[in-house]
Amino acid sequence: MSKVLILAEHNGSQINQSTAKVLTAAKQLNADAIDVVLFAADSGLASQVAALNGVNEVKFVQCADNHDQLAASIAPTVAELGKDYTHVWGPSTTFGKDVMPRVAALLGVNQVSDIMEVIDANTFKRPIYAGNAIITVKTDTAQIVATVRTASYAAEKAMDGSATINESNLENAASHTTYVSLSSGNSDRPDLQTASKVISGGRGVGSEENFKIVYDLADKIGAATGASRAAVDAGYVPNDMQVGQTGKIIAPDLYMCFGISGAIQHLTGIKDAGTIVAINKDADAPIFEVADVGLVGDLFKIIPEMMEKL
Amino acid sequence: MKILVAIKRVVDYNVRVQVKPDGSGVATDGVKMSINPFDEIAIEEALRIKEQGKADEVVVVTIGSNDSQQQLRTAMAMGADRAILVESDQAVQPLQAAQVLLKVIEQEQPGLVITGKQAIDDDNNQTPQMLATLWNRPQATFASKVEFTGDNQLQVTREVDAGLETIQVELPAVVSTDLRLNEPRFVKLPDIMKAKRKPLDVKAIGDVLPNAEGVAIEVLQHESPQPRQKGIMVESVDELIDILKDKGLVS
Ligand SMILES: Cc1cc2nc3c(=O)[nH]c(=O)nc-3n(C[C@H](O)[C@H](O)[C@H](O)COP(=O)(O)OP(=O)(O)OC[C@H]3O[C@@H](n4cnc5c(N)ncnc54)[C@H](O)[C@@H]3O)c2cc1C
Repeated sequence: MSKVLILAEHNGSQINQSTAKVLTAAKQLNADAIDVVLFAADSGLASQVAALNGVNEVKFVQCADNHDQLAASIAPTVAELGKDYTHVWGPSTTFGKDVMPRVAALLGVNQVSDIMEVIDANTFKRPIYAGNAIITVKTDTAQIVATVRTASYAAEKAMDGSATINESNLENAASHTTYVSLSSGNSDRPDLQTASKVISGGRGVGSEENFKIVYDLADKIGAATGASRAAVDAGYVPNDMQVGQTGKIIAPDLYMCFGISGAIQHLTGIKDAGTIVAINKDADAPIFEVADVGLVGDLFKIIPEMMEKL
Repeated sequence: MKILVAIKRVVDYNVRVQVKPDGSGVATDGVKMSINPFDEIAIEEALRIKEQGKADEVVVVTIGSNDSQQQLRTAMAMGADRAILVESDQAVQPLQAAQVLLKVIEQEQPGLVITGKQAIDDDNNQTPQMLATLWNRPQATFASKVEFTGDNQLQVTREVDAGLETIQVELPAVVSTDLRLNEPRFVKLPDIMKAKRKPLDVKAIGDVLPNAEGVAIEVLQHESPQPRQKGIMVESVDELIDILKDKGLVS
């Protein structure tokens, strides 16, 4: 029978929802036990994990000097603990993508990246070619190391758990790698990865100043904001707003985009959205092939009109 | 210092790949092949470091079929000094690729390894991290800025979900590139001619790595993604807002 170890993710004060999403995926293994390993400085985070429904034990590894964010520092401990488990899973966020292949290498296995469907304890579906093909893969190694595509799973919401918490201290922190800083383009708007509504702008928005109308509309309906790679590359918006193959893969109920052409790499990021609304002045833009609702027109006329009528 | 750049030959990013009707794979016959775009950025970064006088040789390596020579030649036309092809008729998975690359590292003794963060065919995003692990060296993944700071130290800005994270790593190290690190140069015709005379060493994978460890993940089936249902076009903002209200998406 299966025993699962999940690597928790957090930002120092809050457990990231990706942890609860991996938990949802792990529950589909019908495992005997699901434990979570958490690297952090603050023990309050361990209580947050312990409250998640379905968690058996929290292995809280206390770290100083931001070593909890460094793959080279934490992977050896995850791998060592992982030897007692059949499945060692993390989120396919940038954090999980950084750490989990190190864990896999230490355990001598290939990793199953971006699980989108659990078929049984050894068989999974995952996307390749930017989501243009889906493969079914099978592996029966002693440990199955994987990342879970978070947009494919809803977060476990029930907080009625009462897992035991076991504390230890990080050993073997890497000396060749140090954390320096994090700069966030953070705003007060909802978090792009978990928001139920997202408003995005692309190259068609034209400038950093022009993006103000996109933000205004987002604020009006309580949406998070996103962007295409072209808008990020042009410096209109910070990198953490990028949606797509190399940005964030999201699944909001509503995705409304202005001045985005609909390149496959962008579409990869929004395939799981509930309703896609596209506004583009080019009636032939590929975005209209995937949009649930399309409107051909100039975003500089349409956004002000929406502001007025909403 | 020598820089080793690991690249992969993949279906060009402009091609919309199709799953074969029998589910055995994706159709690649007659399809345009290119250097994985992230790896092209890795080559460019290595060349810029060399041009700043901080490295004296850029070596590109790939693991793949004999056709991968084309991509190695392109890398040398961009400016790489020489190339190594570790020839394999079968696709290799990340753990095996990392073991092969480690053998090449042992031979070449580079001070820095740069490679793309993922190949756009399998989208695995594993090989650089696995290589750093097996090599017992630091990794700086998803790099958008690489700076030399003092002796043997690299400061790397990484594109992470929360924004831009900066870490400091000691060399030798493995850097994996993100898209905003640089814009690769175009190759010019004379450089293509020159690249033909640069050394390209072909080795059999069985000679480089006689005893691979670990087992491959078995691929049972390929399928096309579920298509989204066909949408509708509206003519006015009023119509759009009505639909959104109907669906309860705005109030
Ligand atoms: C390996 C790789 C990975 C990539 N990853 C990503 C990724 O993660 N995310 C991503 O987004 N892209 C990614 N890309 C880039 C992608 O291929 C496209 O280049 C990019 O998505 C284009 O962005 P865009 O739609 O904003 O710009 P464009 O394609 O230039 O489209 C702009 C659109 O705006 C419309 N427009 C202009 N003015 C107006 C107006 N006034 N009103 C209404 N509409 C207007 C135009 O008609 C046009 O359709 C990647 C590319 C590669 C090679």
